[in-house]
Amino acid sequence: MSAVFLVASTFLASAVEMVEALTIVLAAGLARGWRSSLTGVAAATLTLAVIVSALGPALTVVPLNTLRLVVGSLLLVFGLQWLRKAILRASGFKALHDEDAIFARELDQARSATRPDERKLDWYGFTLAFKGVLLEGLEVAFIVLTFGSTQGSIWLAAAGAAAALVLVAGVGIAVRAPLARVPENTMKFAVGVMLTSFGIFWATEGAGAQWPGDDASLVGVLAFVVASSALLVAQLRRQLVGSPAAGAEA
Amino acid sequence: MSRLSAFARFWWEFVVGDDWLAAAAVGLAIALTALLAHAKLTAWWLLPPAVVVILYASLRRATRS
Repeated sequence: MSAVFLVASTFLASAVEMVEALTIVLAAGLARGWRSSLTGVAAATLTLAVIVSALGPALTVVPLNTLRLVVGSLLLVFGLQWLRKAILRASGFKALHDEDAIFARELDQARSATRPDERKLDWYGFTLAFKGVLLEGLEVAFIVLTFGSTQGSIWLAAAGAAAALVLVAGVGIAVRAPLARVPENTMKFAVGVMLTSFGIFWATEGAGAQWPGDDASLVGVLAFVVASSALLVAQLRRQLVGSPAAGAEA
Repeated sequence: MSRLSAFARFWWEFVVGDDWLAAAAVGLAIALTALLAHAKLTAWWLLPPAVVVILYASLRRATRS
């Protein structure tokens, strides 16, 4: 059961981050040329590979309970950020994530920057693509490493991320446009719920408590987080009616 | 020094984000869970409702700011 959640969580989280990275890379490629932006993608991918391959084996030597306490606490704090934003979006307090709008803005900025000699590498395009892939990729690396090491299977977690990479990159190459039809906000909500649920589960175990039913109780934690989040969305939607604060965090 | 502080700030924003109170409350709830567990008391029930309360408080701060 945990293995299914593990792969599903890393797949969803990675897909969301890769959709965002793809938007930036496409903007960089179309505005500044593909050579510089793809070089930036390659450099960022290499950096991420070094980070994962250096930290991955190091995490496997940490005692499991300590790892679960540290990773569970980090995931919980990190997951609550996602869930908080997702609830604010779902209730209307924060603008929905719009890949088309982000793409148009990035494209506009990239086109307005000074163009260098065509024979040289365009550092603007390189940096834009490098930063986009590295920053979004760091979140993927963080999730893969924490989920994988705590469940004792970094490769299974990496498989979920790799599947997302193949899917997003494949569709991105095929359509050469931002993936605006991907239900990104719903996916972000699901990732927030999963990160928070795993965080609660592992932090509790790491603190020395025993779940009734062991791994099976993860389903109960997940259901509890989903139900609570739905109630919070409903409550905020009611609060929004007649409130001037709508869109305050957009 | 400025690079070091920028690096630290990046990781702080990456993990903790813009609501450090929520992160501190999560730490407190986990510490309480550990205290209960070490006292040989049932402790698994504490964190799930604590997280919902923390989330609720964080959302209230966000919607009122």
